[in-house]
Order: sequence, then structure tokens, then C-alpha cells
Amino acid sequence: MSSLSVDNLLGIKYLNKQDLNLIFKTSDNFKEVINRKIKKVPSLRDVTIANLFFENSTRTKLSFELAQKRLSADVVNFSSSGSSISKGETLIDTVNNILSMKVDMIVMRHPSPGASVFLSKNIKSCIINAGDGTHEHPTQALLDAYSLIEKIGDLKSKNILIVGDIMHSRVALSNIFAYQKLGANVTVCGPKSLIPKSIESLNVNVETNFRQALKNSDAVNMLRIQNERMSESYFPSTREYVQQYGLTMPLLSSINKEIIVMHPGPINRGVEITSEVADSDQAIILDQVENGVAIRMAVMYLLAAKLK
Amino acid sequence: MNPKKILNANEISTILNRLSFQLIEDHNTFNDTVIIAIQPRGAILGKRISKLINKYEKDNNLKIGYLDITFFRDDFRRSQKVLKASATEIEFTIENKTVVLVDDVLFTGRSIRAALNAIQSFGRPKEIQLLTLIDRRFSRELPIQPDYCGTQVDSRLNEKVIVHWKENDLEDSVYLHKNKK
Repeated sequence: MSSLSVDNLLGIKYLNKQDLNLIFKTSDNFKEVINRKIKKVPSLRDVTIANLFFENSTRTKLSFELAQKRLSADVVNFSSSGSSISKGETLIDTVNNILSMKVDMIVMRHPSPGASVFLSKNIKSCIINAGDGTHEHPTQALLDAYSLIEKIGDLKSKNILIVGDIMHSRVALSNIFAYQKLGANVTVCGPKSLIPKSIESLNVNVETNFRQALKNSDAVNMLRIQNERMSESYFPSTREYVQQYGLTMPLLSSINKEIIVMHPGPINRGVEITSEVADSDQAIILDQVENGVAIRMAVMYLLAAKLK
Repeated sequence: MNPKKILNANEISTILNRLSFQLIEDHNTFNDTVIIAIQPRGAILGKRISKLINKYEKDNNLKIGYLDITFFRDDFRRSQKVLKASATEIEFTIENKTVVLVDDVLFTGRSIRAALNAIQSFGRPKEIQLLTLIDRRFSRELPIQPDYCGTQVDSRLNEKVIVHWKENDLEDSVYLHKNKK
């Protein structure tokens, strides 16, 4: 297997285990490249990529753009503020206009779940989902899994815990798919109000007692409370949430086990995770960010190979 | 048609010895010379040569690195095959050194062109030379010639020269395959 089974990266759901391993293998090569003095390779010099960000982003946008530049692709950026979206243009029209300017690949972040799947059915281009509402964020899950494998090896039968706002997190869903495809057991933990009722259909364990859940885990992924996606209150107060689901050093060290701590960012220090934990040796948060560039280079390289 | 054996193990051994002596003659103790083998097929040749140099010239500072050229190739998205990368391992500086690139077969010259570009990411060498076991002359698409050459082979474009190493394929040998894609 040396080519992906898909032409777009819409979600981890659409990938198989071979795809994941091919992306990881290719990322190893790119990780070596981005640690060279000259971090650029000419592979994508005849490819033009448009980054369409209909929603705010720091890490993902920068990471994609760096990855594109290190592959020598031509890059155009678009963000919805100050664009014709406010004049009433539809998504398909916007994208088709951009494609008319001879763009080969679209990287899109959008607040609506399924936006990239919808787009892929309506336009002819290679699409990479950089986060669509509460649905999926595939490159984040790929870099999470890659960083974890780097740390603890094969994920087969490992226990991975995802904590926090499962309901509003696209990282949670993509993570669940990725870890399960790699053979790991996934547990989600958080206030009942933030765990979707149908989550058990995905074959994940649900645990509301954080300490109990931690005891059985090899790694924990701490998610941010997505206040911007909440129209009502899901828990009594932030203070109460922190007491029950915040990861602190005393809690972590009271469990006699080396647990890897991950966070997709942005971190709300003192809410889901204390500074002491976020900056500790057990946290691989900055490794995740570094690997993000290599993973995105691999994804774009492998998808570019399939461009007609 | 059966493939034709161009070189057997004895002949290869003689050639490798000669190439090693040529390198020692030109580069003495390898203070300012490094060997960079092109992945994946030049790697074993590079290892063999450096082993022989260590045998014949005990006091040397020879360093060997491995260069993967996949991301620098000019046929990405143009050939049917999806290119698969190997590891690059260059753990020394090539700034102001003489680099001897090592590959098994020199054919169109395009791999070497990619290697010349890729090597720039690691510094500015004083000089770059090329060593190949087989030189398929008359089939070059770029103005590239070897400085050290095992043997020259005359072949048609639709033929293929395959080098076998005992590390991977039981025996050292070189075959010419007719009409192979």
C-alpha cells in the first residue's frame, strides 16, 4: 500500500487503518525534513492550495500554511471576515469562484458540521477538512495519534481517555475514530450534560467519575469547554466543573501510573488543565504542535499524488 | 526472455575493490570527503565501499550518510507509481567537504539531478562527485556523468538493469532484463 484509499480528507471515518499507517510513515520522513537547516522540499511546486477559514483558528491555520510552504505549494488564504460571505454568497459559489482561479486543493474550516462533506459532493476538487463545526477535525486526530504512538508505541489495546466537552468537540469524534481504527479502547468522561446520548453506538465506554477513568488509562486527552458553541448552560459553574473534571498535579500524581497528557489547544489554563500539568514532562502538548506540521505535509503530499 | 547476467559475484567484488582503491588514491584519509549514498538502492553499495575503504586504509575519517531524494524528484504526479520515501540520515556537516554521491545504476540522470538539489538542504559542499556501479551510457536525459564507474552497459530504453546484493537477494549479481516495464 503506497497510496491513500480516498481522494479527499473529510474525516477519519472515511479512512482505513492502512491509510493511517501510510500517513504516519510519510510523516516520519517529513519530520526529518522539517528538522533540517533548510526545511523546504520542491514536491508540490506546481500545486496551488486555498485555505478557506470560515471560523477562527491560530494553530491549524498556521500549521497548514507552514506545511504548504515547506512543500513549495502556492498558497492563497481566505477568511470569512471581510469577504463576500457577508454579502450573501453561498458556500458552493464562493468555492467555485476560487476554483476558477485554478486552485488544485481546498483546505476548509467551517462552523457547520458536514460542510466539507457537502462541498465534496458539489464541487470537483480535492478537499481537506480542517474542522467542520462539531463534526470532525481529521488532521488533529492524526497528529494526536501520531504523537501518542511516538511516545508509547503501538496503540493496540491501549486505553485512551477523552475528557471534557465531548458533545461540542470535533476533536473528540475524530479522535474516537482514529484510536479505534488503530485498535485502542476509548473512554469518554465529562458531565452527563456534555456527553451525547447516542455516544455508546460508537462503542466507547462512558465514565463520569474522572479519577476512576484516569486509573484505567494510558493516555488522556483534555478538551476545552467550547463556550462559543453553547447556547445554554450545561453545568452549574466553571468552578464546579474544574473541581470535578480539571486535571491537576495532585490528582495526576495520586494515580500510580505514568499517564501521557495531551491537549489539542487552545488551553484554558486553570480550567480543564492546570499550568503545572500542562508544562510537566507528562504533557506532550508541544510535541503535538510540532508533529502537526509533519502530519499535514504528509496528508497534502499523499492527496496531491492523486490529483488528476 | 530470460534476463542476461552481466556481472557475477566475483566480478562485482573485483570492481568494488578497484573503486575503493580509486577513492583512497584521490581522497587519502577522507578528512575532507564524505560518502552520501542515495536511498534506497545506493545504500548497500555505499556500505560495501566504506567497509572496503576501512579495510585497506585503517587510519581514515570516512563518514557515510544516506540521502532520500523522493521529495525532490521531478516525476511526482507524472508517473503512475506513487513514490515511497526512505529515511535520510546525514549526521555530519557537508559544508566545504567533497561529497561522493553513490548509486547503483546511472540511467537517465534524473535521480542524480534530484540528489544534487536535495543535498543543498544540508549545506554547500566544496565539490560533488559521482560513483556508480553501472553506467547505462547512451540513455542519459541530462548532462550528468560519473567520476567513478564500475562498468558501462549498453542497453535499450525498454530494458532494465537490476543489481542484486547478497544482503537482500542471496547473491551479488547484475542482470539485464529485456522489455521490462
